Amino acid sequence: MSFLQEMTNRDRVFEFLAPAKSPVDVRHGPILYLEDVNVSFDGFKAINNLNLTIDDGELRCIIGPNGAGKTTMMDIITGKTRPDSGSVWFGSRHNLLTLNEPDIASLGIGRKFQKPTVFEALTVFENLELAMAADKRVFPTLTALMTPEYRERIDEVLEMIGLKELRQALAGILSHGQKQWLEIGMLLMQKPRLLLVDEPVAGMTEQEMERTAELLTGLAGKQSVVVVEHDMGFVRSIARKVTVLHQGSVLAEGTMDEVSGDPEVIKVYLGEEA
Amino acid sequence: MWFTRPLQERSTRIFLGVLFAALAIVSVLHVLMPQDSALYVSSYTVTLLGKYLCYALLAVAVDLVWGYLGILSLGHGAFFALGGYAMGMYLMRQIGDRGVYGDPVLPDFMVFLNWHELPWYWLGFDMAWFAFIMVLLAPGLLALVFGFLAFRSRVTGVYLSIITQALTFALMLAFFRNEMGFGGNNGLTDFKDILGFDLRTDATRLGLFIATGIALAIGYVICRGIVTSKLGRVSIACRDAEARTRFLGYRVERVQLFVFVVSAMLAGVAGALYVPQVGIINPGEFSPLFSIEVVVWVALGGRATLYGAVIGAILVNYGKTVFTGIMPDAWLFALGGLFVLVTVFLPKGIAGLVFKPGKAGGPSNTPSAQETAA
Repeated sequence: MSFLQEMTNRDRVFEFLAPAKSPVDVRHGPILYLEDVNVSFDGFKAINNLNLTIDDGELRCIIGPNGAGKTTMMDIITGKTRPDSGSVWFGSRHNLLTLNEPDIASLGIGRKFQKPTVFEALTVFENLELAMAADKRVFPTLTALMTPEYRERIDEVLEMIGLKELRQALAGILSHGQKQWLEIGMLLMQKPRLLLVDEPVAGMTEQEMERTAELLTGLAGKQSVVVVEHDMGFVRSIARKVTVLHQGSVLAEGTMDEVSGDPEVIKVYLGEEA
Repeated sequence: MWFTRPLQERSTRIFLGVLFAALAIVSVLHVLMPQDSALYVSSYTVTLLGKYLCYALLAVAVDLVWGYLGILSLGHGAFFALGGYAMGMYLMRQIGDRGVYGDPVLPDFMVFLNWHELPWYWLGFDMAWFAFIMVLLAPGLLALVFGFLAFRSRVTGVYLSIITQALTFALMLAFFRNEMGFGGNNGLTDFKDILGFDLRTDATRLGLFIATGIALAIGYVICRGIVTSKLGRVSIACRDAEARTRFLGYRVERVQLFVFVVSAMLAGVAGALYVPQVGIINPGEFSPLFSIEVVVWVALGGRATLYGAVIGAILVNYGKTVFTGIMPDAWLFALGGLFVLVTVFLPKGIAGLVFKPGKAGGPSNTPSAQETAA
């Protein structure tokens, strides 16, 4: 009976008719859910039966030797690469395999690339302005005005990433570390639910690394953050939960101590470093 | 509003001030000075300057897509020529029965080809409003279809340049054919009047010159409005890091399509104003060489400044007028030499030499800057 009542209730839209832009549904647990994902490039299996779940608000580090499939995994989540089989869900409502890159970005998945890519011909402020969560269609963008709320939001992020003094500087003149922070700031402007961060501290000085660690741990809780990183010291300093990838699938998962005690992991990965 | 914002800008005010002052001075000298005075501006010069202004508008259109969007179009002559043909068709129909064959409806070349009926696509061109809409619509539609296909498939860089080149070349071959109904290789010519004004009188020529100046001013302000808007900054983002822009949630192909279509329409307007002043439009305007020359003007003037494009177009064409008068054969060498010198010694063009480059305006050292030099 209650089912019939629900069917005839005309003030709500059926789930399957709701537009894809509906909010991310995390009531049933994880924010990101990958199951049995497979990808091969010319016969080489880059991702092999990968299963991974990320909880809402979690800070997860993903490590693994070169060629373990870390970047390919990011590509799949952001819609750049389509897997041969498997399923990828964002919350329990959005099937990421049916969406394209801009749709996925506007759903709230932000990605920071390995090499910092900021718009060098624009100022720090303008970089953040473009990244801001706003109507990104052509005509609204043409007529967009800088409102006080937008300015406030940009100032807030500038504060967070510590580039307040450099707001009017061209992004092209920033140092490597500053570019990385600017890029993280650009991700924050989009108010993402999930941040994918690819090697944030590559090429950074010790001090820059510390600041980055602070920044990332400060974000967790509000956003879910997935960090792919090579630098074990850095991972140890921020990680609560670590996933080790090897040959395209999960080898081990747990706290840093658990993982680094795992004999399999030592064999394929840490063994080389120890 | 986005298109009034540039009016508050210093650089736009200076540009408009200089442009309108030039229009006023030329008009006054032309009308008030006695013919034997040294300061008299002849009707020939007025038309020549009008032609330069058309080229300047075309250059602004090219700079909009090349400088700010990073799309090196080597086929903008096609949009220019389409606008020109739309205007030419209107002017042909205005001839009426004053043609050599005296046919009240059919243009001379159709009578000559033994055609008995006006092709369907010539219908409506006897009405000025229809023709003027087509001046915008024909290049706009071509740009829309072409851009939709190209940008959707993410064709960029050199490949896109080559296709634009192929586009204008294909159109040139098509328009050379008599069966197309656009006058074959003779094109459209022998125009008599426009909107009831005799094209051979000095007053009409001056009017066309001023109209071109105003069109350039409006086109400049529209382009400036786009590049100073958030969309302009998104364009620069597309130019420098396309993939990144896509990840920010912008539909890069739609941004490109919008700007490309606006640019094509401006090129069409330039072509439409060009035709009554030079008195002829033929498939030669579709020639790939012409489109490449336009890019050279922009590069010489200074990319991604808009006013640089205007300076480049006027200076190069003035140089061309002078040079081809003295040593016709040497012109192409002079142009080539100038291009090499400017690329090597003035990477930001003449505008970079004279003015302090604007922050967002400075062309980045993207590969496309070197591509053209190659």
